[in-house]
Amino acid sequence: MIPAAVSTAFEAVSINYLSISPLIVVVTGALIGVLVEAFAPRALRAVIQFWLTLVTLVLALGSLALWAVPNHAVTLGDSMALDGPALFMQGSLLVFGLLGVLAMSERFDGASADAFTSMGAASPGSHQEAAATRAGLVTSEVYPLALFSLFGMMIFVAANDLITMFVALEVLSLPLYILTGLARRRRLLSQEASLKYFLLGAFSSAFFIFGAALLYGFSGSSDLKYIARAIPTSAVDMNGLLLPGAMLVLIGLLFKVGAVPFHSWTPDAYQGAPTPVTGFMAAATKLAAFGAILRFTYVGIEASRWDWQLAVGVIAALTMIVGSVLSVTQTDMKRLLAYSSIAHAGFVLVGVLAFDRAAIAGVMFYLLAYGLSVIAAFAIVAMVRQGGSEATHLSQWAGLGRKHPVIASIFGLLLMAFAGIPLTSGFTSKFAVFAPAVAHGGTMGVVLVVIGVLMSAITAYVYFRIIVLMFFTEAPEADGAGDAGEVTVLMPSWASAVVVTAGVLGTVLLGVVPGLVLEVANAASTFLL
Amino acid sequence: MTTLPLLTLMIVVPLVGALVVAFLPKGSAALAKPIALGASLVTLVLALVAWAQWSADGPQFQLTETYAWIPQFGVSFALGVDGIGLSLIVMAAILVPICLLAAWNDLGEGAGEDPRRTKTYFALMLVLLPMIVGVFAALDVFLFYVFFEAMLVPIYFLIGMFGGPRRQYAAMKFILYGLVGGLIMLVGVIALYFHGPGGADGFLLENLIGNVTGSVEAQRWMFVAFFIAFAIKAPMWPLHTWLPDAASEGRPATAVLLVSILDKVGTFGMIRFCLSLFPEASQWATPVVIVLAVISILYGGMLAIGQTDVMRLIAYSSVSHFGFIVMGIFVFTTTAGAGSALYMVAHAFSTAGLFLIAGFLIARGRSRKIADYGGWQRVTPVLAGTFLIAGLSSLALPGLSNFLPEFLILAGTWQVSPAAAVFATLGIVLAALYILLTYQRIFTGPKPEFVDAPAPLDLNWREKAVVIPLIASFLVLGFYPKPVLDLVNPAVEQTLKIVGVTDPAPAVANNTGSAQ
Repeated sequence: MIPAAVSTAFEAVSINYLSISPLIVVVTGALIGVLVEAFAPRALRAVIQFWLTLVTLVLALGSLALWAVPNHAVTLGDSMALDGPALFMQGSLLVFGLLGVLAMSERFDGASADAFTSMGAASPGSHQEAAATRAGLVTSEVYPLALFSLFGMMIFVAANDLITMFVALEVLSLPLYILTGLARRRRLLSQEASLKYFLLGAFSSAFFIFGAALLYGFSGSSDLKYIARAIPTSAVDMNGLLLPGAMLVLIGLLFKVGAVPFHSWTPDAYQGAPTPVTGFMAAATKLAAFGAILRFTYVGIEASRWDWQLAVGVIAALTMIVGSVLSVTQTDMKRLLAYSSIAHAGFVLVGVLAFDRAAIAGVMFYLLAYGLSVIAAFAIVAMVRQGGSEATHLSQWAGLGRKHPVIASIFGLLLMAFAGIPLTSGFTSKFAVFAPAVAHGGTMGVVLVVIGVLMSAITAYVYFRIIVLMFFTEAPEADGAGDAGEVTVLMPSWASAVVVTAGVLGTVLLGVVPGLVLEVANAASTFLL
Repeated sequence: MTTLPLLTLMIVVPLVGALVVAFLPKGSAALAKPIALGASLVTLVLALVAWAQWSADGPQFQLTETYAWIPQFGVSFALGVDGIGLSLIVMAAILVPICLLAAWNDLGEGAGEDPRRTKTYFALMLVLLPMIVGVFAALDVFLFYVFFEAMLVPIYFLIGMFGGPRRQYAAMKFILYGLVGGLIMLVGVIALYFHGPGGADGFLLENLIGNVTGSVEAQRWMFVAFFIAFAIKAPMWPLHTWLPDAASEGRPATAVLLVSILDKVGTFGMIRFCLSLFPEASQWATPVVIVLAVISILYGGMLAIGQTDVMRLIAYSSVSHFGFIVMGIFVFTTTAGAGSALYMVAHAFSTAGLFLIAGFLIARGRSRKIADYGGWQRVTPVLAGTFLIAGLSSLALPGLSNFLPEFLILAGTWQVSPAAAVFATLGIVLAALYILLTYQRIFTGPKPEFVDAPAPLDLNWREKAVVIPLIASFLVLGFYPKPVLDLVNPAVEQTLKIVGVTDPAPAVANNTGSAQ
């Protein structure tokens, strides 16, 4: 078969600059950030970087609203589709980016961002590290790293071509690997998490690129449009390339959302990463990866879905079951939220498998609502301290509701959203993904939804157990010697306060009056080819 | 009809009240209790106005209000009441202020009271009221579901934060049972939408009743999904085990809110949703449901006899009474149906009386164990007397509240299934046993000696203010239940018309008339 898409003569691609303006703004901001890192005086770097990043993100949101949204386009030689889903998710990503950067900047009463080490390259506990801390070094490069990662994610959700998608995957992942290893406390754990995340991530990238190669062999193009066209017309003997290719690409993508059995990095990376980075990863990486999964499955390989749908259905069921059941046994708050995020990935997959326009809207709504709640949840985890370090063991949260009712109540609200209690965003989003699955998913959809609600009950046990711990249990008495001191909640700065407020508002408003956002998501739920 | 959105007001007033109570500044925490009581009394007035405006000749659902809420999901904010819903709302509006008054000094008196905990306690009790009104008035299946699930949360906190020594266990068990039931129902709710007419108001009850399509099997599955949630709530054997824990570990006022009011959502839901939406499936399930109901009646009664804890005893007696209500719903005769609707109201008051008066006793004796008491009639005669009246009402003494509904249910059941009626009658005998034995053990016998404490005082003015309206309600429902029956009868007839059954023999229907 002669590849149809490869043209012999070179022709310049046309670029619709308006529709990719948010991308340009973000990458420009990131590049300026690199220059700031190189040339700005050390004392000012962190402040400049912080404000530069905020301004970049706000400008990107503005350009998205003003220029990109009215200019839906398939551009850059058909390699990117700036259509409804892409723009909705890019907007969500920018909001997550804003909140994530605000959370990362939290200093509490210290001189620099609290979550990050003074020098990532120094080995933990070494003289270098101590000297770096004394010299007042700060890792202000987290801000450009976050922007680069965000840039990758924004391409990822719009990539209409497997090669573009692969490049985006790497652009979003590499900064995250670094960010994961930069925690100020428990640095060995953090570096181990970073290495694990990197190795497994590299492994899954290899799956992805191998799958892309097979699909190229099948269709003669890496463009999703041509792959989709090739499926009904291809010779039967080519199907040996299609199915393995599709599955391998899916494995690469499912790895990023933390679907079982490709989830094993999630708890380690979530636990080891600096807490605000964890929140950012949980919200943004998940959304970006689901964006790519939606586009790949709906635009690319939809016509062959009867061949692989069952396998992905099994993965969805496993993801829900393993995520829920294992979250019951966790004793560390960050690991618990990691397993809960795995379970949530399973719920979203149920929606993806419905193959309906309403499902696209539901999935996007779910990811937006979950992201807002989870960033705020991790921002709160970062505030709860014992003896200076984060009190992530569950037993340390006992009695928190009596001493710090406001923070504990907010965390309780977020947990109820994760549990899917009505009048919180969690319920609306569960309904938004389960309803299309029941309506259009056939028998498998109904079975998956039944598994989903049963697993929701299990996760609800987990969340309500934390509420029991916070509100119905007395704090253990401090018994002097050997005790690390009382568990306290640090007073957040305005940045964290904004993050938590946004999380609470999002959780309540998307639960009580979700109409507007649902309407936007519905309107944005058509893919351009 | 009126231009005043009464039902919405009855949701807004207590909701605002609860928010005000919850966010009172530190200095004015003393206002928490009066504000909570005031808001609940205003709601009561609104409920009575609603009752006055209701007309028996009007359409099935009155005082209706419909606004679009989440059109993308087909959800409307639609409220309206038929006679059954209105009678339950009025019942709840009367009981909530009584509960607040009964709980007045639960957290200590005067200086011994932690103002922050008091605020939370009263805000949580008051915030239940809007949800109760909402759940009984919802004319949209999704809206009903939202209230149905959201109600779990305040009760969970009431039990977990203010309950007895095993409160953590009881609260967790309560919320898990509730959520599992609710989530199973959620599948049914979703499926229902896609088997209905759909569209931006596809969850409206008026659009759904009679329009549920789909195969017989699909309808039966949806019925089962709804029924399990309601059977957990009601609670029916074998899904009842959360109730004794929740009711005994919660404060007495919490137990009343839970058992007297919230659990009625289960039986109310069976009438409103199971019967109306899935008439064929309801008839299909009848034999099983009636057997389960009879088991509940007998099992609840027998376990009540075996209890050593007075609160658990009352809880098990409710399992038995709920068995009667469910049986009356599913035999599909107007007599039994009216009996069930009346019983929902009567049981609420008699059980509230038992729980609250037992609570007053426990506040004095500091023990829930029946064996720790004896001869208290000689120390606290008024308390003993009121407990006896509430007990007699609960065991269906003629002239008190539970007699007529039990009689109607048994008479109606006899028309269809004499065997079930015979077995259920044994439940009345068991009720006499567990109530009278309890009274005997706690209140009769030689005068107890109080060695290291002064003898407890009899009911004070506040407690009397709690008890008097309850006893009045027993007498009204015992001697003159006509207003309530007039309210519920059209709704029962309408529901049975949807199910498509008629009473077996007209002669019996005449007897019904004279019984009223």
